[in-house]
Amino acid sequence: MNDRRRETLTYVTGFAIALALTFAAFAAVRWPVAPAGTTFAIILALALVQVVVQFRCFLHVSFARSSREDLLLVLFSALIIALMVSGTLVILFNLRTRMM
Amino acid sequence: MQTAHPPIWPDVLGRFAWHDLPFVRAWQNPTINELIGAGAGALVIVGAVVTIALLTRYRLWGRLWSDWLTSLDHKKIGIMYVVIALVMLSRAVVEAVLMRMQQATAVGDPGFLSSDHFAQLFSTHGSIMVFFMAMPFLTGVINYVVPLQIGARDMAFPWANAIALSLTGGGAALMMTSLVVGQFSTGGWSGYPPYTGLAFSPDVGPDYWIWAVTMGSIGSTLGGINIACTIFKLRAPGMTYMRMPMFCWTSLCTSILMIFAMPPLTVATALLALDRYLGFHFFTNDLGGNMMNYANLFWLFGHPEVYILILPAFGIYSEVVSTFSSKELYGYASLVWATMAIAVLSFTVWVHHFFTMGQSANINAVFGIATMTIGVPTGVKIYDWIWTMFRGEVRFSVPMLYALAFMVTFVIGGFTGIILAIPPLDYVFHNTLFLVAHFHNMLIPGLLYGLLAGYTYWFPKAFGFRLNERWGRIAFTCWVAGFYLAFMPLYVLGASGMARRTNEIFEPDFRPWLYVACVGALVVLGALVSLIVQLVVSIRERDETRVFAGDPWDGRSLEWSTASPPPEYNFAVIPRIDARDAFYDGKRDDGYYRRDARYDDISVPKNSVTAIAIGAAATAASFGLVWHMWWLAVAAGLGIVAVIILRSFVRGAHRVIPSAEVTRIEHRWHDALAAATPIPRHCELTASNQGLAEIPA
Amino acid sequence: MSEPVLRHAGVNLGGTQDHPRANAESGIFGFWVFLMSDAVIFALLFALYGTVVAATAGGPRPADVFELGSALAETLLLLTSSLTIGLAVLAMKYDGTRRPVLAWMGVTLALGVAFLALELHDFATMFAQGAYPTRSGFLSAFFALVPLHGLHVLAGSVWMLVMAAQILAYGFDARVRINVLRLSLFWHFLDVIWIAILSVVYLQGHLP
Repeated sequence: MNDRRRETLTYVTGFAIALALTFAAFAAVRWPVAPAGTTFAIILALALVQVVVQFRCFLHVSFARSSREDLLLVLFSALIIALMVSGTLVILFNLRTRMM
Repeated sequence: MQTAHPPIWPDVLGRFAWHDLPFVRAWQNPTINELIGAGAGALVIVGAVVTIALLTRYRLWGRLWSDWLTSLDHKKIGIMYVVIALVMLSRAVVEAVLMRMQQATAVGDPGFLSSDHFAQLFSTHGSIMVFFMAMPFLTGVINYVVPLQIGARDMAFPWANAIALSLTGGGAALMMTSLVVGQFSTGGWSGYPPYTGLAFSPDVGPDYWIWAVTMGSIGSTLGGINIACTIFKLRAPGMTYMRMPMFCWTSLCTSILMIFAMPPLTVATALLALDRYLGFHFFTNDLGGNMMNYANLFWLFGHPEVYILILPAFGIYSEVVSTFSSKELYGYASLVWATMAIAVLSFTVWVHHFFTMGQSANINAVFGIATMTIGVPTGVKIYDWIWTMFRGEVRFSVPMLYALAFMVTFVIGGFTGIILAIPPLDYVFHNTLFLVAHFHNMLIPGLLYGLLAGYTYWFPKAFGFRLNERWGRIAFTCWVAGFYLAFMPLYVLGASGMARRTNEIFEPDFRPWLYVACVGALVVLGALVSLIVQLVVSIRERDETRVFAGDPWDGRSLEWSTASPPPEYNFAVIPRIDARDAFYDGKRDDGYYRRDARYDDISVPKNSVTAIAIGAAATAASFGLVWHMWWLAVAAGLGIVAVIILRSFVRGAHRVIPSAEVTRIEHRWHDALAAATPIPRHCELTASNQGLAEIPA
Repeated sequence: MSEPVLRHAGVNLGGTQDHPRANAESGIFGFWVFLMSDAVIFALLFALYGTVVAATAGGPRPADVFELGSALAETLLLLTSSLTIGLAVLAMKYDGTRRPVLAWMGVTLALGVAFLALELHDFATMFAQGAYPTRSGFLSAFFALVPLHGLHVLAGSVWMLVMAAQILAYGFDARVRINVLRLSLFWHFLDVIWIAILSVVYLQGHLP
């Protein structure tokens, strides 16, 4: 039964952290204390933390040897996605500023 | 267009009108242009009818169905991929010849093709060559070879493998259908909006392109996932990553590229479809649409695609050069690292396909430099192959000839690539024939020669007899001579400013170069014919060229350690690997072939009707979408969902080959091995080659 | 070979059925790879959304049509369902009886359907306010991205029903187990995507 409690606890902890991060992000928008740009950065940072938490607690991707391949896969995917998304944004925003 | 020819039965046949049949158009307006269109349509129909008649005449439907179409065996699936590729190659080569003939006759003259027809030709030629020749060809070869090379009995997901095949085949079928009903897109293989949007191309053409490409794209994504998982998870015990044959490495990198690079294409085509079908504003001119997003998405796919196409050929060359030089591959580790470097770098260079779109010079500079960086690992590879040959005992058989032609030709193409990678020069050369010459100069040696080398090299493995060497050499000579004649003039023309995709030319100085290019295209056509002749001749004389023992070239990797053709289960006993060239070393040390008195039961996947049903339904749905037959699209779409759900309820999808059967098959092969005469390497092209290599003392 | 044995690190099912060559491993790994491929699709739609969010063409702007309260409710529904599908997997691993697994899956399904209902209600409200996809580039991108996630949730819900039927028909045989694991991965993945939608679409839309 010990294993089960530990694993349940992982899920519940993940849930609690995710909940807290969600409320924090909402609060940052609902009661803004910083300029829009900073607030957006805060939201994205909170989202990133939450994604990591969910991968760790719900999807069980960790540095453990047994999930090493999944971790590498996720990290490689993150690299490719970062290249594609950042490239797209840089190029298209650059085009827009040059057209305006 | 639409108003002049009212649909005949909109509720059922959507927007189909009689005028959509090329035969009707040719009847009403019998110009050479329309007659060629009708002839092509008739050829498709005649081809289909003849095939059906022959299948019926020789009562082959049952075997076709149970041995091939419903099979989940990776070897059968691989062969079917290659068959699709060769059929589509024939069509696309003929289209290329037509285009060259048009340009040669259209200097200061309209020529014999209308501009619309010409535009369809270059659009189908490009789309077919990339999506329905190159992709199925390489996927087929990977499918056939990789499980054998890593000592596996099948792919990781045999059912998904069959679905990927049927989606690719369905896309190809849709391309062929566009010859008979309606017309194809005139927007090029890249299908740039807003031209391919509803405002400028309201006809069915771009819809054919969208759905054919989408099917191919989803099929390739599935295929990529399957290949990657196979290599990650199904390697024989002891086969570490650094003991894999080079072809497995390049296949792995190709499959990873497929997994991550096909989604952008799917997104691009899906969003274009939303624009066209539901009036969204992604790529339109008005209401906030931005067509530059399309160029960006398309080339996010398009550049990695180039390496999807080229990497498997690099792997084939590595196998071929090492086997036919009788030497271990030089610089294995550097080749592995170079392959991985190319795979990652290929995601960082896509902007060089649209340097002229208007982004700032700094962005162009970054991507230009990244582009040139790719030249470095590619150069490493060329040196590795040269060093592999150095002091080797090189046999100049057909696959090796392709490899040599590749090394020279590809380097030339690489140099012109460096020219195009410099943004200010690209401003001059982009959209000219210089670019057309460049990418053909990369893809013909870097893909076609490689796959033809692989086809010649592995053909005896797949069918148990060798291909005719003489016709192989004729085909090789024609491919190489034809390539140089057809494409070197295009560099000159492009540098002189001739735009690509022109159907009428007004500069008389271009004429001689266009004539040479046209002759080159005809030589390439000769190469295609030689390939067909080679196949026919080889089948006729197959009894003299059998290599049932399985190792005709003194091979190095595991696929040569089985019978030719290999049994359904590939390996009766999964081999244990302790070195990179396990089979080559093994047969030298202790005689690799070991005969057991008895073999275990082996479980293989049962045939499945569901995969081809999904492919057929997807094709029907696509056809329905193209013609706005909504009932068909919805019914077929629901059908796909139903089949997937029902299949998930199936239990016992495996069949056991009993021990007695395995033992019988294996003993038959071992008897042949014992009876075969080992031959030295220089005799491998003679009739004495029964597939057993002599081990020099 | 015909009966896959389950031994996977991610959402592992314990060491009760150890086997040297776990076929389930490639089954789950393959699904991970598929999810990553799917993630690229979403990532590109996010990037696209980012490039056209200002292209409202004189139509509704994000702040005009996004309701934060409803987005928060949807987030809570989906987050809770991510927890409950996890508990369903734990029940399958440790109880191995049908009732608790089906119960947790039922809760998950209910939460998923509630999410979909709320989302549809949101879309209907937006349509009523003149915010429909053909209005502008911004709304086109919104209605490609968010409903695609909704379609995934719908697919997951149908899959949940199919798995419930299979559990009733076959109990927990190897294929049912592996597919429940895949379904749970899929469901968690959808929650991860939703975090990004919430942050990039809804919260960004309400920045001052």
